[in-house]
Amino acid sequence: MSESTNTIEAFVASDYKYGFVTNIESDTVPPGLSENTIRFISAKKNEPAWLTEWRLKAFRHWQTMTEPKWPNVHYTQPDYQAISYYSAPKQKKKLNSLDEVDPELRKTFDKLGISLNEQKRLSGVAVDAVVDSVSVATTFKTELAKQGIIFCSFSEAVHTHPELVQKYLGSVVPHTDNFYAALNSAVFTDGSFCYIPKGVRCPMELSTYFRIEAANTGQFERTLIVADEGAYVSYLEGCTAPMRDENQLHAAVVELIAMDSAQIKYSTVQNWYPGDKDGKGGIYNFVTKRGLCKGANSKISWTQVETGSAITWKYPSCILQGDNSQGEFYSVALTNHMQQADTGTKMIHIGKNTRSTIVSKGISAGRGQNSYRGQVKVMKGATNARNFSQCDSLLLGDKCGAHTFPYIDVQNPTAQVEHEASTSKIGEDQIFYLNQRGLETQDAVNMIVNGFCKEVFRELPMEFAVEAQKLLGVSLDGSVG
Amino acid sequence: MKQPLIEIKNLSAGINGKQILKGINLTVRPGEVHAIMGPNGSGKSTLGYVLAGRKGYDVTGGSVTYDGKDLIELSPEDRAREGLFLAFQYPVEIPGVNNTYFLRAAYNEQRKHRGQEEVDAVDFLAIVKEKMKLLELPEGMLKRSVNEGFSGGEKKRNEIFQMAVLDPKLAVLDETDSGLDIDALRIVAEGVNKLKRPDNAAIVITHYQRLLNYIVPDFVHVLWNGQIIKSGGKDLALELEEKGYDWLIGKNGK
Repeated sequence: MSESTNTIEAFVASDYKYGFVTNIESDTVPPGLSENTIRFISAKKNEPAWLTEWRLKAFRHWQTMTEPKWPNVHYTQPDYQAISYYSAPKQKKKLNSLDEVDPELRKTFDKLGISLNEQKRLSGVAVDAVVDSVSVATTFKTELAKQGIIFCSFSEAVHTHPELVQKYLGSVVPHTDNFYAALNSAVFTDGSFCYIPKGVRCPMELSTYFRIEAANTGQFERTLIVADEGAYVSYLEGCTAPMRDENQLHAAVVELIAMDSAQIKYSTVQNWYPGDKDGKGGIYNFVTKRGLCKGANSKISWTQVETGSAITWKYPSCILQGDNSQGEFYSVALTNHMQQADTGTKMIHIGKNTRSTIVSKGISAGRGQNSYRGQVKVMKGATNARNFSQCDSLLLGDKCGAHTFPYIDVQNPTAQVEHEASTSKIGEDQIFYLNQRGLETQDAVNMIVNGFCKEVFRELPMEFAVEAQKLLGVSLDGSVG
Repeated sequence: MKQPLIEIKNLSAGINGKQILKGINLTVRPGEVHAIMGPNGSGKSTLGYVLAGRKGYDVTGGSVTYDGKDLIELSPEDRAREGLFLAFQYPVEIPGVNNTYFLRAAYNEQRKHRGQEEVDAVDFLAIVKEKMKLLELPEGMLKRSVNEGFSGGEKKRNEIFQMAVLDPKLAVLDETDSGLDIDALRIVAEGVNKLKRPDNAAIVITHYQRLLNYIVPDFVHVLWNGQIIKSGGKDLALELEEKGYDWLIGKNGK
């Protein structure tokens, strides 16, 4: 991190190029946000003029916006001028394999029982690792290229496939969409880009690991995945951050586009630092994720396991534009200690015979607050649209909370919308039953919680499901006793 | 005579300050089956819970020595790992948790406790299938979630199945016969009989004599008002069937 105490005024006032010299050495811009910061990021990444303009347009719009107040979460607003908007790991060398990735990062995964190397070797998962704001390594790129699949960092795609990036960037989440999406559009630094050509079934799981390393930085990744006609891709996203006393902002945007008969399966295991037991520190995870089922018979599935972050504000959504298209949302959100989550989905039915499924499992422990917020909207033309929603909450202890906010808006009389909800507590009798079979109370709770989440876990790719189960165990550590 | 497997001496216990067990004395040696009978509310289930260490059941006096150890000092899970098994009267459902997965976790906890290596899923399946055959249970039971959507009879059979796999030294069967039709009763009882060995023992808690037509006890004890008021051989059960409990209770003058 930069030890610079520059305020935005000092930064703006300082000699532009000179100011960067020291910063380039440390590869972190001083805190603060202005058009200059954006020009700096864009210049640093050697971006074409259209992209710089796109960012500036977003920034100007962002300045007119205010933070959303409707989520059921409470926190001190970040000081957007105190954040550094660009930070790159100091290593000069371009990494060729994951073996060269920051050992700290690997240690974190090891602690969770996840070995990046192992996973890569065993399952042949192609990985793009993003540390702070920069993509450090993408594996299996050449192998994928043989089938015409593009999988690379976002910055690289801007240079190698500008036509695709320009066509789809902001086409699902426009820069005007919401406060955080606008901020991301202005300052995003990297992320992953993926394009699966017509008729190609991606032969391996594509995976991105995000990592916030430097202090006082925000992470703003941008992910764009396009599946052309009849293509299929399964994409995995994992996230971690070190423990820090101060809150750090993470505001990503993910856009998915599925053409005719294409399928995208997007799985997330989110484990950003949640803050300590008293709620000190932790990541603010304010993310916009949306998929467009553009073509007929297309399908987008979101599966998320959210165990980290101090605050989670996230609604992976599907716009079901193509006839017969399908959207799915499977979610496990866990809040322990002082964590707060307001998460859910939006299913917008536009095309005929569109179908959506929502399965949400919220787990609250400690003093955690968990809200499901979901919208099902059936537009006039969406004849025979169908939705099924199921929202279950599980409470551990009596200081936590579970909340459900379903919004249903049906404008076509042929639609069928079903909503089921339940709230339960882990029973003493369940714990005693498992104790009596030789399991410790903590293991018993983990087993009950994992059982509760089963419908979601079975949607995850195999190796991710195993990770997710372990992660729930780690996250619930100390929640009973 | 063999060393006692469990020796309960003057045991008093209660829940929420209410005294339920008022001085129980009972010694069970390996190879023995003891039946505990008594009317509703006499403290039968409480005895089972106290032995298993259920939270909220407080021991207020006396001692329980199990396999040479002070049982009351052990946590519920350690009692289980030491080979004490409680077949529940009302087994709970654990939604979404696969029966085989759950049972393997329990089995491996026992093995770890004994310093043995854990058994992997493949080897465990072989063990489990053998037990299923022994008890004539459908294999479909393995794929289901623990007790979820099971009928009353299926739940009881699942208890006996778990008992077979975990192979306890001392099994406490709490009203295993309640809610069972005669066929289910026979299957459950046969299971218990098949698992009987010279080195293990069972305490069968029951309300009705009919279970004892299938599981022949070595000793029968009558529990009333928190105390064992009469002990005898298997004939005592028949006598109770004939005369009911009243003649005993009357004799005790309470």
